[in-house]
Amino acid sequence: MKLELRGITKRFGALVANDHINLTVEPGEIHCLLGENGAGKSTLMNVLYGLYTADEGEVLLDGEVQHFRGPGDAMAAGIGMVHQHFMLIPVFTVAENVMLGNETTLSGGRLDIQAAREKVRAIADRFGFHVDPDALIEDLPVGVQQRVEIIKALSRDAKVLIFDEPTAVLTPQETDEFMGIMRQLRDEGAAIVFITHKLREVREVADRITVVRRGAVVGEATADQPDSELAAMMVGRAVELTVHKDEPRYAETSLEVSGLEVTNAQGAVVVDDVSFTVRGGEILVIAGVQGNGQTELTEALVGLEHASAGSVRLAGKELVGRSVNQVLDAGVGFIPEDRSTDGLVGEFTVAENLMLDRRQGPPFVRAGMLQLGARDDFARNAVEEFDIRTQGITEPVARLSGGNQQKVVVARELSRELRLLVAAQPTRGVDVGSIEFIHKRIVATRDAGVPVVVISTELDEAVALGDRILVMYRGRVVGIVPADTPRDVLGLMMAGIAPEGSAAA
Amino acid sequence: MTAATETEAVEPRHVTVVSRKAPVAFGVITLLYGLLLALASREGLTHFRFATDGDFVHLPSVALPAMTTAWVCGLIALVLTGLAFALTQAARKVPIWVSVLFAVAVLFGFLAWGGAGSDADFPIARLLASSVLLAVPLVFGALGGVLGERAGVVNIAIEAQLLAGAFTAAIVGSLTDSPWAGLVAAIAAGMLVALVLGVFAITYRVEQIIVGVVLNVLVIGLTSFFYSQVLVPDAQRLNSTTRFGSWAIPGLSGIPVIGPALFRQSVIVYLMYIAVPAVWFAMFRTRWGLRLRAVGEHPQAADTVGIKVEGMRYAGILVAGGVVGIGGAFYTVVSVSSFGKEMTAGAGFIALAAVIFGKWDPVRAAMAALLFGAASSLQGALSIVRAPVPSQFMLMLPYVVTILAVAGFVGRSRPPAADGTPYVKE
Repeated sequence: MKLELRGITKRFGALVANDHINLTVEPGEIHCLLGENGAGKSTLMNVLYGLYTADEGEVLLDGEVQHFRGPGDAMAAGIGMVHQHFMLIPVFTVAENVMLGNETTLSGGRLDIQAAREKVRAIADRFGFHVDPDALIEDLPVGVQQRVEIIKALSRDAKVLIFDEPTAVLTPQETDEFMGIMRQLRDEGAAIVFITHKLREVREVADRITVVRRGAVVGEATADQPDSELAAMMVGRAVELTVHKDEPRYAETSLEVSGLEVTNAQGAVVVDDVSFTVRGGEILVIAGVQGNGQTELTEALVGLEHASAGSVRLAGKELVGRSVNQVLDAGVGFIPEDRSTDGLVGEFTVAENLMLDRRQGPPFVRAGMLQLGARDDFARNAVEEFDIRTQGITEPVARLSGGNQQKVVVARELSRELRLLVAAQPTRGVDVGSIEFIHKRIVATRDAGVPVVVISTELDEAVALGDRILVMYRGRVVGIVPADTPRDVLGLMMAGIAPEGSAAA
Repeated sequence: MTAATETEAVEPRHVTVVSRKAPVAFGVITLLYGLLLALASREGLTHFRFATDGDFVHLPSVALPAMTTAWVCGLIALVLTGLAFALTQAARKVPIWVSVLFAVAVLFGFLAWGGAGSDADFPIARLLASSVLLAVPLVFGALGGVLGERAGVVNIAIEAQLLAGAFTAAIVGSLTDSPWAGLVAAIAAGMLVALVLGVFAITYRVEQIIVGVVLNVLVIGLTSFFYSQVLVPDAQRLNSTTRFGSWAIPGLSGIPVIGPALFRQSVIVYLMYIAVPAVWFAMFRTRWGLRLRAVGEHPQAADTVGIKVEGMRYAGILVAGGVVGIGGAFYTVVSVSSFGKEMTAGAGFIALAAVIFGKWDPVRAAMAALLFGAASSLQGALSIVRAPVPSQFMLMLPYVVTILAVAGFVGRSRPPAADGTPYVKE
């Protein structure tokens, strides 16, 4: 089935998320939609899938104009979508999820679960998946959950498949397998839209590439163009894709973590006997696929999570068992992985957010009173120094773009006297321009002799930023390796396989 | 994935989280119970009567030496407490049968103590029957709660639906002289309250707890007002219903002890027996139920497969309202033949507790409601034998059981993920 989008325009208030976008996807081709976070790729696909109604423009399938009033219509017309956040119900089984919305029933209105099981098995066999139709979704690894999403789309005879940032949650090996599945689907004649911002993946599978920037199509590209050209099209200017940093000059202060253990409420040991040392002037990147204990590890480092065993020593001083306040006073800066829930108070102004963790004592508080002058001076300087694009320091921080919000967090944490910086996914959901800036500041902190721990799920970032890389898998340290370790070795480590001859921990 | 099998598979390690609630609670209860026996020793025999008139097989009454029985029960409780401690020490769960046995032992011992020396005997069969009767509105309320919450709408307004059902059933039942008409009217009234809840909670996305509380207050106010202004002056015409009679089911009603308690009842009780499995079936075995649970767990996922989230939620709470309405009718066309001010007396809130206690499962929630009913009925039985416990304490019993149940013995329970959150399409 041939898919055609003509002049799709979608506005949210004053924001134009999609500006007269044209796109054609032929059957049997993989069409990459390349663009930064917030470029409007997902909005476009949600329009196509009937979740949003376009303000202008039309969707055509095999030359016929479609009017979708909801996802049900889009599905009936043969469009299947695998969302970035899986649309699966965790407490339902695979078969229940696949049949939902498309159920067959027996006499007396009983669900025909047997038919659904067989459908799952049939499609899984066709692609060589191993999926148990009776497994609960919440018990399955994300890679398998994604296959369930694919099965769900195929069980409805989808001819046009949309994958929205499908590789964000996968290990490099799973990503490779996923690419294989996409090719297989293409060879069976499906029209595939592959949304991503990862250049490597685009080059590997794309038959055609359309680049989107700020809601508009900026051009087509081919898979053999160099990375720098693709990146420049995506961002709108030349970008430095590498991080420049000198050889580390080690300083005295160091962070020593030994035997750290964190147990969650269900009794799973999510951080299991983790030990490492970071010297001053060095960046240790903790890499791994999301959900392998990195979040809990960082939270235990700063005292937000209770460590059931082990110790965290900063310059010889024990941090485990201390309150968050004491940890902050010890000179720990923390960039949380989710700025909107943990890093900022959205309704507060930029100035207020910049002083959030300095509520005690001068210069911001004297005799229990906020020193508004000191706060505003500080905020103006920070806005200047960290290039925060805002209407003013009294603008609520929630109105800033993701990259600028993140810069507020970074500015707050880095403008204190630091003895340790813990940065969890510091560039997630941040535009390429801001990524460059944040990386530079993190490297500057390192060069000032501070030990730096960076959590990253993106291999590119880990390799670019780290002096050494620690890979976590299922709560354990798989190994600590130099940053120039080959990518395929790192990829295997992310799947839990330690390289030959490397010392775990 | 496939590569991971080459080396030793790294599985996430698990440690068992053992809750010490059960042994600690057992210990405290056993201690209190022992103190009661030691400090307030009583003399005489306690009579337990198992038979009612018209039984097939006539079981004899039993008379037991009160204090001996009580102490034996205490000993059993002590052993079970020890067992619970040993199990938690060994990092194992305390199985449910230990809790049940413990409760039965303490209860039986307490009854033996309470009835000591009394001429009146414990009518065990009647105790059972009244447990079932007192549980009827709770069971219907709990079913309604489960239906609503599984669809993602917290139904705090169960109390309002019960009361509206009772009120409407009284008027319509009196005017038409037919309990059936009253029942139908009660269902309609329950659905009407649910509809109001739906309009605010689903369509206008008002905080559901607030809407529920407001509805409760509103219905209490409205029914009280009309009761005193309209029903009282014209009670003969508007507030005296014909009640459903009891129908004995041939055969089953002849079973000793449980027969008369369960199978010599009115039509609404039989409706309850049907409603519990019916709700379970609808929820877990039909397309409607699958979709209902889907919108309560992950409305966005349901939306992306073409399910109308708001429509499903309306369907869920309207059915819930109707079911609760049946429970409301019970008050005025089975229990007594007239409406009284605020006659539901918080049953809706206990039903809500039963929903949580029953882990959002219709069958478990109904069982929990039965347990709460039994606690109420025990209060009545103890006053018959003139147990030396102040009646205020007895009145507290169902609520104490509710709190214990909700706080301690439920274990980990997980509500539907989208419970209480309105669905906003971005």
